Amino acid sequence: MNGTFLGMPAFPEAAREAVRDERLRGNLRHATHTIRAKRAAAVAEVSDWAELREAGRRIKDHTLRHLDRHLLRLEESVTAAGGTVHWAADAAEANRIVTALVRATGESEVVKVKSMATQEIGLNEALEAAGIRAYETDLAELIVQLGDDRPSHILVPAIHRNRAEIRDVFRSEMAAWGRPAPEDLTDSPAALAEAARLHLREKFLRAKVGISGANFMVAETGTLVVVESEGNGRMCLTLPETLISVVGIEKTVPTWRDLEVFLQTLPRSSTAERMNPYTSLWTGTADGDGPRAFHLVLLDNGRTDTLADEVGRQALRCIRCSACLNVCPVYERAGGHAYGSVYPGPIGAILSPQLRGTASGIDASLPFASSLCGACYEVCPVAIDIPEVLVHLRERVVQGGPATREGTKVVLRPAKGHAAERAAMRAARWAFGRPGVLRTGQRLAARTRRLHPRTLPGPGRAWTATRELPPVPAEPFRDWWERTDGGRNEGDAPQDPEETK
Amino acid sequence: MSSRERVLGRVRRALAGLPADPVPYEEAVARAYLRQHGERSPERTVELLAENLADYRALVHRCTAGELPAVLAGLLAARGARTVLVPPGLDPGWLAASDAERVADRAESTPAELDRVDSVVTGCALAVAETGTLVLDGSADQGRRRITLVPDHHVCVVRVPDQVVASVPLALERLDPTRPLTWISGPSATSDIELDRVEGVHGPRTLEVVLVGESR
Ligand code: SF4
Repeated sequence: MNGTFLGMPAFPEAAREAVRDERLRGNLRHATHTIRAKRAAAVAEVSDWAELREAGRRIKDHTLRHLDRHLLRLEESVTAAGGTVHWAADAAEANRIVTALVRATGESEVVKVKSMATQEIGLNEALEAAGIRAYETDLAELIVQLGDDRPSHILVPAIHRNRAEIRDVFRSEMAAWGRPAPEDLTDSPAALAEAARLHLREKFLRAKVGISGANFMVAETGTLVVVESEGNGRMCLTLPETLISVVGIEKTVPTWRDLEVFLQTLPRSSTAERMNPYTSLWTGTADGDGPRAFHLVLLDNGRTDTLADEVGRQALRCIRCSACLNVCPVYERAGGHAYGSVYPGPIGAILSPQLRGTASGIDASLPFASSLCGACYEVCPVAIDIPEVLVHLRERVVQGGPATREGTKVVLRPAKGHAAERAAMRAARWAFGRPGVLRTGQRLAARTRRLHPRTLPGPGRAWTATRELPPVPAEPFRDWWERTDGGRNEGDAPQDPEETK
Repeated sequence: MSSRERVLGRVRRALAGLPADPVPYEEAVARAYLRQHGERSPERTVELLAENLADYRALVHRCTAGELPAVLAGLLAARGARTVLVPPGLDPGWLAASDAERVADRAESTPAELDRVDSVVTGCALAVAETGTLVLDGSADQGRRRITLVPDHHVCVVRVPDQVVASVPLALERLDPTRPLTWISGPSATSDIELDRVEGVHGPRTLEVVLVGESR
């Protein structure tokens, strides 16, 4: 099921499975808490964080406000620098373009830098169908690819796997993809990283085509930016003869100078570092240095529909730092897979239903996959008011209303057969079965609302409506507290109220 | 209709309802953030660079210009490097004291050939103190991007204090966007396995930085 999320159960069902998986929850908890603490320290180091955040918000808002102009400028400067620009209205078109470009090189394999845009469009599967093998080269993506798994975190896609599982995957799968894992491979992270180095090096050294995304595209200069740690990005961006970058149109920033904001906020929010180990910036092609051919595929795939929504469009400011995932009490328990989308966590809960629409069960349920505690908004380096968008989308799912799909204005009806209400009730029940989640939600919901008075009363009603529906949890709070050591050890989850009915 | 027209048309329709916005970009974006964090003497800025480089597991050395050839020879010898990649514009004097075999990066050398070289020595475009970052811009003393990527040992020489800037905003100001730029903060690293940091996945596993100044 690599990369595909079709047929995913709606969030509450998927989450219920996930919270039963003790090992998964242990891995997740360890990871999110570690990154969370480190990030807070990295942010505290810069005294002007609030100003950087505000500047980031305004740069992105202004870009979106004039996106047509900036895209044209970008196209012009990339072209002037020797690149070729392609436009893709949807996933199928982007896949067709990339497949044709790879075919034209005569190659049947490509190396890939970790990129959410190419996951979003299912590029690896499309290439495979065309007889082209795509090798993921980020260590975590390699683990996911070899394990025929799906990523569960934006930054650390294999966050749900521990070292023993990774060793087992390497031992059993590497040989089928190229150089096998060493016979005596242990589960020490250094040994595992070394095995990946050897396995991937033979691919890098012979690769003729590289495929990447980009963190930023500068309209003024035509510069693309990729931020990474391992050097696999640099390998894919500089060794092949042809480089194809698939990038969402919202990744545009107007000027070179704007990078001074994001190159400060992204690493600190994301990996909690002052600066990530490697950042590559390239403008078209350079004589004798790096690929001879550079193609930029500008991807819409639902972004313009999102842009048309005056509350929801702020989701396009996202720089994919993943800070919101690491502070989210719901993500911490449910894990990334439960969101049924390449964008998990709070940002996934608002972005996926906008990019894809809310027709499916999973997409209709995502706006309810939150306790509205507001922690995601507080950490977001571009100040996306995720709770506001969640409430807005809940209202849309439950009550219907105007929206834009594939560029056309439509009026959505409330989801048929009250599927939406069902999804909402289940999500609420799920939260009520987990007092830790609920407590955070209740404590902070009031504060969030105070910050955003214009979302009341309508959307506020939607939230209060769902709060009255669920039955009382089967297990009394006091017992739960005793058994789980105050929520610190929720390993054996309390009985699901739905099952005790 | 081409996809270009389709996407641009959708963008314009999505924005159609918005009121006119005559405010020019530079006024609309508040840049109330700092150009650099704190006031420092040039010496202190160099010290901060050294501290932050070391914090990210780069090995930092300081010497005078006169000592540089001996220092570089010592670093290569300590590493047991028999071959060293040399960018075309590197000051030949820098490697005068080393007996490692010089390998030139020629356009036709393959990645596999680069992979067999033990070390690479380069200069840099500038270094950022607050983040502990070296920036390479492909100038003749730094060479193509791949030569600092494939070999496992990179020695980078920074002239202090001239090549050191305090912050990211001050760095971008001095850089030319039309050049291919590589920012390096510590050696290659991954934290993908249980968030344990491991140095060296694909880039050089060892990064040594020599800060060269009039005094030490
Ligand atoms: S929504 Fe904000 S916090 Fe979450 S990934 Fe995007 S930029 Fe980061």
